[in-house]
Amino acid sequence: MLGANDIAALWLTAQLALVTTMCLLVIGLPIAWWLANTRSRWRAPVAALVAMPLVLPPTVIGFYLLLWLGPDGAIGGLTAAAGWGTLPFTFSGLVVASVLYSLPFVVQPIENAFRSLGRAPIETAATLGAGPWDRFFTVALPLSMPGVITAAVLGFAHTVGEFGVVLMIGGNIPGVTQVASVRVYEQVESLDYLGAHALSLTLVGFSFLALLALYLLQGARGASAFAREGRQP
Amino acid sequence: MRAGCRFGMLAGILVVLAQTPAYAGQVTVAVASNFTLPMREIVTAFERDTGHDVTLVSGSTGALYAQIINGAPFDLLLAADEVRPAAIVAAGRAAASDRRTYAIGRLVFWTREGGLTLTEASVTALPGQSQRLAIANPKLAPYGRAAVEVLERLGLREALGRQLVVGQNVNQSFQFVRTGNARFGFVAASLVYRDGALEQGSAWLVPDAMHAPVRQDAVLLRGTEPDGPAQALFDYLGGASAAAVLTRFGYEVP
Repeated sequence: MLGANDIAALWLTAQLALVTTMCLLVIGLPIAWWLANTRSRWRAPVAALVAMPLVLPPTVIGFYLLLWLGPDGAIGGLTAAAGWGTLPFTFSGLVVASVLYSLPFVVQPIENAFRSLGRAPIETAATLGAGPWDRFFTVALPLSMPGVITAAVLGFAHTVGEFGVVLMIGGNIPGVTQVASVRVYEQVESLDYLGAHALSLTLVGFSFLALLALYLLQGARGASAFAREGRQP
Repeated sequence: MRAGCRFGMLAGILVVLAQTPAYAGQVTVAVASNFTLPMREIVTAFERDTGHDVTLVSGSTGALYAQIINGAPFDLLLAADEVRPAAIVAAGRAAASDRRTYAIGRLVFWTREGGLTLTEASVTALPGQSQRLAIANPKLAPYGRAAVEVLERLGLREALGRQLVVGQNVNQSFQFVRTGNARFGFVAASLVYRDGALEQGSAWLVPDAMHAPVRQDAVLLRGTEPDGPAQALFDYLGGASAAAVLTRFGYEVP
């Protein structure tokens, strides 16, 4: 049922989602940590900025990315000056767009996990002589792992589900920027409904499994939190 | 008895209404996004001339087709190609006699940089350079098919490789060039010409012998009332007033 171009689109989607998720964890962890702990007056504006992709239509993000990443844009000027060319129509461009677009889906669960941790474990570790990096990597991060995994699953799944932004800056090049969602759109538009079904059903199956894993994970976490409380005297 | 009387009156009113030819009617038109601008002008003139009220629904031809097949309440489809109107006739949603070419599009090779002299040689010089060439998706857009025909005729299709970027429709390939993300593009003349002059940049009007004509077809959908406002608009599209708008927007009159 799935043709060579369908497989290529799925494989590209998986690569994009994986690279994006890894970038998001690297960027999202410090942002989430800062948001969870800071008392700065910049907290609210930064939190609002991070959450913006939840509210903005993908077309708005795609439109501005096309302008910013293009040769007239601030970022496009920098990348061109650095000899990298401009980012639209490239895989790197899609990664940049996806990171921006999926940022709140990764930052918010991690921030919540850090927040629900409270200060106690960190302060205890500090009194035991752990430095700031040590406290983060050996205490805060392991204790917040369920939140981090939730964030990773959401970031990955949301990138797979991305459409509008990719459509606007991708250029629909098979194997480079033609992700599964864009290919489905092309198949529907060209009246190839059979092909669209094959790819769409694959995505339906994937989304269900990803969300099922997420809720099973959350269920397990809820149960373990409950057990932890139960153990307390 | 009284109910029958009321029914009789209602029927009488309906008969009178139906027999009045010049009442103001309502038409809903699905129009391919590349034709939305000229269609707005045509509709303004049509509304002024007839008193009918027209609602335009703009979208890609493929999306509009899917909506029509699934029962969308449109009276008229102005497609960007001939394929989807033919498919609508084949699906029994319109009579074959109610399908007609309303405009013929011209293809141009365009850049936003002014002062360049573009020719066929500018296209053949592209492979191996770093510049990108934007075309519309040949599977979806007739201008994309025409562009690919030109590239194949010049033997460049394979040579261009990843220099080629593909917009979902001709508007998007125009947008890629307009924002400078692609230096050149094959776009519809209607996007860059107004009143016979180039609005911006430099262009080479591709000779129409180099590709099959880009015919944009309209279909009057089944279920619209015979000789009603939708039929009037369908006929108006073939008239002198619409032809003047087509010419201004760089289309050829069929």
